[in-house]
Amino acid sequence: MRKNLIVVPLAALALSACVTINIYFPAAAAEKAADKIIDEVWQTQQDKPAAKEAK
Amino acid sequence: MKAMIKFFVAIVALIIALNASAAADLEVNTPGINTIKQSMQARHAQLAAHYGSGAVGITADGMIALRDAGVVPLPQRQAVNALVAAENNDRNALYAEIANANGHPEWQAEIRSTFAQRWVERAQPGWWVQSGGAWKQK
Repeated sequence: MRKNLIVVPLAALALSACVTINIYFPAAAAEKAADKIIDEVWQTQQDKPAAKEAK
Repeated sequence: MKAMIKFFVAIVALIIALNASAAADLEVNTPGINTIKQSMQARHAQLAAHYGSGAVGITADGMIALRDAGVVPLPQRQAVNALVAAENNDRNALYAEIANANGHPEWQAEIRSTFAQRWVERAQPGWWVQSGGAWKQK
């Protein structure tokens, strides 16, 4: 019973932290994904090394 | 008690590791996304000339628009309009598809604005892009 007093709030905290991290939009990842798709659609892979800057 | 703390720390570390790996990349390699991408790639061969002539420009909201119909010969105008409409359909579908593929349909607007910035940024010299409501030539 005493164990539960510690474990339950801690577990709740961990879960809420997890959810908080995930609801944020991953802007850097999105930029990388956008560049990858733009490269493929516009076929600009070879002459645009600047696209790698997001890494 | 000590074992319990160790166990808990291990769980937290695991959760953090899982989150980190999930956040590292957006999933953009699904059949739906690839289909749209290929369709846009094929269309770009026709659109490139119109970007270059200034007939079509890249808008600030991740779309394209007929900017100056005057530079397109009259008989071709209908075709250019159709190209622009088809491209914008694909782009809308692409943004929605990426958001859905990553399990966050609510990210669609942010994905669109990320793409909008990148399309403008990556536009080739001479192409027209919209910024602050006005057209600017790169």
